[in-house]
Amino acid sequence: MALAETDTPKMTKSTHPALTMGRMLWRDKFAFFSALFLILMVLCALCGPTFLEDIATKQNLRGRNAPPFDFSKAWVYWLGGDALGRPLLARIIVAAQNTLFVATGAVICSLTIGTTLGMIAGYSRKVTSQIIMRLADVIMAFPSLLLAVIVLYMLPPSVGNLIVVLTITRIPVYLRTARAEVLEVRGRMFVQAATVMGASTPRIVFRHILPVILPTLVTIATLDFALVVLVESSLSFLGIGIQPPEITWGLMVSQGRPYLTSAWWLSFWPGLVIILTTLSLNLLSNWMRTALDPVQRWRLEIARKKQ
Amino acid sequence: MQSFLGKRAVASAISLVGLIILVFFLSRLTGDPTDLYLPVDASLESRERFREINGLNDPLLIQFVHYMGDLLRFDFGDSIRRSEPALEAVLRGFGWTLQLAVITMSLVTVSAIVLGSLAAFHVGGIFDRIATFFSLIGASAPDFWVAIVAIVIFSVGLGWLPTSGTGTPWHWVLPVAVLFIRPFGLILQVVRGAMITALHAPYVKTARAKGVRNRPIIFVHALRNALLPVITVIGDQTTAILNGAVVVETIFGFPGIGKLMIDSILQRDFNVILAAIMVTAFAIFLLNLLIDILYAVLDPRIRY
Repeated sequence: MALAETDTPKMTKSTHPALTMGRMLWRDKFAFFSALFLILMVLCALCGPTFLEDIATKQNLRGRNAPPFDFSKAWVYWLGGDALGRPLLARIIVAAQNTLFVATGAVICSLTIGTTLGMIAGYSRKVTSQIIMRLADVIMAFPSLLLAVIVLYMLPPSVGNLIVVLTITRIPVYLRTARAEVLEVRGRMFVQAATVMGASTPRIVFRHILPVILPTLVTIATLDFALVVLVESSLSFLGIGIQPPEITWGLMVSQGRPYLTSAWWLSFWPGLVIILTTLSLNLLSNWMRTALDPVQRWRLEIARKKQ
Repeated sequence: MQSFLGKRAVASAISLVGLIILVFFLSRLTGDPTDLYLPVDASLESRERFREINGLNDPLLIQFVHYMGDLLRFDFGDSIRRSEPALEAVLRGFGWTLQLAVITMSLVTVSAIVLGSLAAFHVGGIFDRIATFFSLIGASAPDFWVAIVAIVIFSVGLGWLPTSGTGTPWHWVLPVAVLFIRPFGLILQVVRGAMITALHAPYVKTARAKGVRNRPIIFVHALRNALLPVITVIGDQTTAILNGAVVVETIFGFPGIGKLMIDSILQRDFNVILAAIMVTAFAIFLLNLLIDILYAVLDPRIRY
């Protein structure tokens, strides 16, 4: 893992790299609580549907648009009920699965494909590189909305298809970054040394160059994760993302829109969860940028010594 | 400079042609417009006539050749939905979006640069923390949600602003405010980061040693050097708005190119989709060119 590789010898006092990271995380309270919140969300995504699926889909017409903060009811109703009387809190927890699954899938796929293409573009001859870069331009200019609609019409609506759409639109980001980084790194001494020693091109690219550029790409991926959550929500909000009866947070905001004037909580809570999730990701990514960078890392360690 | 311009134009033209081909064929995968525009019980005959009028009867390849031929004469075809030239509809929408983008991005640029520089000057201070925290929230907020909440508060609750449409200057307040938030958060972060680096540079120390006051140090010495990455992000964000602030335009019923685009996609109005893509692509090409020129103006070491 990249964390272990950037670990420098001056940290010898600490027992385990993971422990050191944990301590550094605890020192930055914002990052710590972000991590905590994200873990909570992941737990919701993993366990939520198993326990709450039935409650979240059961309609209860007497509880239509039930107002929030009514603590005399069961805890799943504490955030109110939606237009069909389904408990909002339970629905938010269940929707975490789709939302996070789509975002994780899209980020991992685009990171892998984009990085591979970017490294090929950065390390290969001019023609191949040019073709890949023009391809990236085309993808960047291709309207993602159109792509989403095409996929929606062509394939049966499913979570996987949305991942495909989001992956395609996010590939250029990693491709460009990876290519720029490779162009810079390939001129360095250790790459020349590996070449002289007779290392094959795949070995140079994957064993020698990839570990150097990976921290940058992982940081971008965390930041991108937040963006993908937002894009997915927007697509679902516009009605060209996830289709009911599947739910995501963005779809919940959209479903609450007709009741804005009478029941604000229908749209408010899912939106708030989206904000908290993306905010946590951004804060954590900020922290990671420092923690993964050996040059900047002392900033986090020195804070300890001062106290 | 000329060879640079030429190369850029050629590369962009290649990408644009690739894009047109892709969009032309892929958009037709969404289905036949006839089903959308004629009633379900329309006779086969009238369906035939509708296809004939809109040139949908020929094989795809022939349609494409016709389209490209017309394009060379700057004929972008007609909109099925509005029966007017596609280019006209697109340019009208683009005009609205361009105004929206210019107003929003000028506000963003000025405020993010001033506040970001001040935050960088007092790193770790109370102002810095507040600015950083709020800019992070801004960068994390989904715009459709902010738009909805803003409508509930300012239009429905307080009744200060209209909910949607255009007409008075008041109609611009909410769309601009909602579009303002994310770019503002992102750019403030970038300005702050770049300014922290710039303020630690040796030439700032020299300026201090000469006895230059704080304000010129921030806004003249450091800022000019910190601006390069900032301009890149400003360009990206402007591009995003020009590409269609779809969500914001949809919610506020703003007749911009984003709304036109999503409507045309859902209504299978192929000519308008293609024209919209070409117009925005051209605008973005010009914008990127402008940014490259700005680079060279700001940093004399950059030459093309």
